[in-house]
Amino acid sequence: MMKRTIPMLLAMAAGIVMILAYFFPPLTPLQDKTTVWFNILAAVAFILGGGNLLKVHLKKVSDRREGWAYSMITLAAFVGVLAIGLFKIGVNPLDEFPAQRMAGDFRAEGSGFWYVYEYVFAPLTATIFSMLAFYVASAAFRAFRAKNLEAILLLGTAFVILLGRTAAGVFLTDFLPEEGILANFRLENLTVWIMNNPVTAGNRAIMIGIALGTASVSLKILLGVDRSYLGGGD
Amino acid sequence: MYEFLRDLDRRVIFSLMALAVAVPILLQITPPEKATPIVRDAFETIEALEEGDRVYMAFDFDPASAGELQPMATAFVRHACEKKLKIYFTALWPVGPQFIKNAERDVISRDFPEMVYGENYVDLGFKTGNEGVIKLVANDLRTQYPQDARGTPIDDIPMMAGVASIRDFDVIMNVSAGYPGTKEWVQYAVASAPNDIKLVAGCTGVQAPLLYPYYPQQMSGLLAAIKGAAEYESLVLGKYGRENEPGMYQEGLRRMAPQLSGHILMVGLIFVGNLVYFMARKRGEA
Amino acid sequence: MPCFSLTSLLLVAEEAAAAAETAESTGLLNMDRLPLLGVAVFFVLAVVFWISVARSGGQIKVREIAGLKAIEEAVGRATEMGRSVLFVPGIQDVSEIQTIAGITVLSKVAKTAAEYDAKVEVPVARTLVMVTARETVQEAFLAAGRPDAYNEDLIYYVTDEQFGYVAYLSGMMVREEPAACIYMGCFYAESLILAETGNSIGAIQVAGTAMPAQLPFFVAACDYTLIGEEFYAASAYLSESPAELGSLKGQDLAKVLAFGLIGLGALLATATQFVPSLQGAFDFFTGTLLG
Repeated sequence: MMKRTIPMLLAMAAGIVMILAYFFPPLTPLQDKTTVWFNILAAVAFILGGGNLLKVHLKKVSDRREGWAYSMITLAAFVGVLAIGLFKIGVNPLDEFPAQRMAGDFRAEGSGFWYVYEYVFAPLTATIFSMLAFYVASAAFRAFRAKNLEAILLLGTAFVILLGRTAAGVFLTDFLPEEGILANFRLENLTVWIMNNPVTAGNRAIMIGIALGTASVSLKILLGVDRSYLGGGD
Repeated sequence: MYEFLRDLDRRVIFSLMALAVAVPILLQITPPEKATPIVRDAFETIEALEEGDRVYMAFDFDPASAGELQPMATAFVRHACEKKLKIYFTALWPVGPQFIKNAERDVISRDFPEMVYGENYVDLGFKTGNEGVIKLVANDLRTQYPQDARGTPIDDIPMMAGVASIRDFDVIMNVSAGYPGTKEWVQYAVASAPNDIKLVAGCTGVQAPLLYPYYPQQMSGLLAAIKGAAEYESLVLGKYGRENEPGMYQEGLRRMAPQLSGHILMVGLIFVGNLVYFMARKRGEA
Repeated sequence: MPCFSLTSLLLVAEEAAAAAETAESTGLLNMDRLPLLGVAVFFVLAVVFWISVARSGGQIKVREIAGLKAIEEAVGRATEMGRSVLFVPGIQDVSEIQTIAGITVLSKVAKTAAEYDAKVEVPVARTLVMVTARETVQEAFLAAGRPDAYNEDLIYYVTDEQFGYVAYLSGMMVREEPAACIYMGCFYAESLILAETGNSIGAIQVAGTAMPAQLPFFVAACDYTLIGEEFYAASAYLSESPAELGSLKGQDLAKVLAFGLIGLGALLATATQFVPSLQGAFDFFTGTLLG
C-alpha cells in the first residue's frame, strides 16, 4: 500500500487540484502551493543524483572496468567544482565586508567558479552544440534523397528555406519587383510564406495531436489506469 | 568519381563545413539585412513603450545556445536601455544569471553608465521550478522573489514599488533556448491574462516553427534564430546606431556570412547526394 | 508521524481558509474559461466511456505501429551480435508525460531483453527517472522469469546538463558500440547528435518523441520513428490492456471534435468575408467559445 496506493492517491489529488484550479479561482492558492512542493522535491533530487553519480563512478574505478579513467576525471571534476562553489574558493570579498571572504558572490567575475564556468563549462557545451552543424551536413548528404513525390516536395522546400534565410535568397531573386504579385516569389518572401502557412499548419496539426495524446495519458494517470510511473506491474 | 562520392567519408563533409564557416569569419564579411514583418513587430512593440515603462527580461538559455541567442539578448538589452525602460532581469535556467551579469557588465555599465541599479534595472536572479515559477509570478511575484540576486530585500528596491505580478509589466522580453522557455511563457503567463501581457521573444531556429502559431495573437513578435537576431540588430542600429559601433552589437549580422556559406554547402551536398542516388539507381545498385 | 499529520492538516486548513476568502472576492468559477471546461468535460467523458466499453468486452482495434514491432527485432539483433541495447528515456524529468511514456516502452524493451538474455543499459539525465526506470526494469525482469539477471547498475544517473549528457552518450556509443539504440522520450537539440552517432556505429535505431521540432531529425537519421501521438499510443499498444486501448478511442473522439471546431471556424471566417452580418457569430466563436 505504501509503495503503490498512497503515491497513486497523492498523484491523483495533486493532478486534480492543478486542473480544477484553472477553472475555479478559489483553488489557485492550493495550486501555487502544490507547485512549490514539487519545486522542493526537485531540488532534493539533486542530492540523490549526486550520490548516485559518486557511487557509480567510484565503483567503476575500484573495479578497474574499461573506461575507469573517464570516471576518475568525472569524480575529480564533480568534487572540484563542488568544493570551489561551496567553499567560495577565489571569491573576492564584498566592498561592504572586506574582511569576510565568504560574504562574496561565488558567481562574481574573478571567482574560481566564474573561471570554471567561463573557460571550461561554456566552451565545452558550445563545442558539443556546434557539432550539430557538422551532423546536419552529413545527415543532409546521406538522407535527403528524391525517392518519391513527397521527398521531392521536401527537397524543394528545403532549398527555398536554406537559401531564403540568407543573403543568397535576396541575391537570386533580386530581379523580381519588391511589390505586387511577383514579389511573393522572391525567395525571402517565399520563405516567410512557407514558415507562416504550410509549416505552421503542419505544426499546429502535430501539436493538436500531441496535446490530445498528452491529455489522454495524463487522464489515464489521474484515473489510475496507467501506473507505469510507479514502476511497472499493476 | 561515382565510387568516390558513394563512399565519401563523413570527415570530408565535416572538413568542408568547417571551411564554409571559418572562411567568412576570418574574412569578416557582413552581408546586409532586411527585417521581416515578424521581427519588425517585435521592434515596434518596444519602440511603442514610453520612458520608465517596465520590461520583464527573462534569459532562459545556456552557453550551448549562446552562439545563436546572445546577439538577440544583447540587442534586447541595448534597445531597452536606449528607450530608458525599467529592466527586470530574471532567469529560469541555472546558467541564465551569468548572461544577466554579462549584460550588466558589457551593455549597461559600459554604454549606459547613467543607469542605476535598483532604480533603472534590477537582477532578480534564477529560480528553480521551471513553469511553476511562471505560474507563480503570473499571480504573485513578490512571494516568488523575496529578494534580488544580490540579497537585497525586494521591499528595499525602489523600482519594485507597485509591482505585484507579471501583469504590472508592459512587456515580457524572453530569450529562450528550449524548456522552460517561450512556450511556457505563452502557456502560463500570457494565457492567464491575454489582454494584460505582451510578449516579445527570441528563440533558436529549431524552436521557431513551434512558436509561429502563437504570432501575432499571443506573441507580439519573434526573433527566430541568428537571422532574427541579425534583423533586429539592423533595426536597432538603424535607429540608434552611433559611429564606431562596438562589435558586440553586430554579432548577429556578422554570423550571417558563415550561415550563408554553410547553407550553400548544404544545398550542394543535397544535390550531390541525389546525384549519387540516381547514378546508383541507373546502375541497379539502389 | 502524528506531528507530520497535524502539520499537514493545519497547512491544508490554512489553504482552505485562503480559498474561501478568494471565493468571496472573485467568484467560484472563472466564466471566461467555461467553454474550455465544457470541452474538458467532453474529453473526460469520452475517454471514460470508451474505457468502460473496452472493459466490458468491446473490441478496440489499433493499427500496427512499425516502430514498436521493430523493438523485438532490435533486441534480437543485439543478442545475436553479443552487444548491448542502449535505451535513452529523454532528458526531462518524470514530471514530463513523454518521460512516463518512454518508461512504459522501457518496460517492454526490458522484458524482451530479459527473454533474449540481452543487456539493456539505461543512462538517464534525471535522478527521479533513474529510480522509476530501475523499478520498471526490475518488474519487467521479474515478469519474464529472470529476476536474477537484473542489474541495477546498468540504470544510472549521468548529469542533468543537456550537452554533458549527450557527450557521455556519444562517447559511450562509440566505445561500446551498442547494436540497438532506442530513444523514447523528450529530446531537444541533442537528438541529431545521438541519431547521427548511432548511425555512424551501424546500430539499429528506433526513436519516439512528441517534440515536433526534433521529429525531422529522428525521421532522417533513425530506422523507425514514432511520431507524436504514436509515441503516446505505445503504452496502450504494448500493454494491450482494454482500459488503455479504450482511452485511445476516447482520444480519437476528442480529435473529431477538434476537427469539427476547426472546420466550423474556417467556414465562419470565410463566410464573414462575404456576409458581414456573420461577424458577431465569428467573434463569439473566437472570443468566447475558443477563449
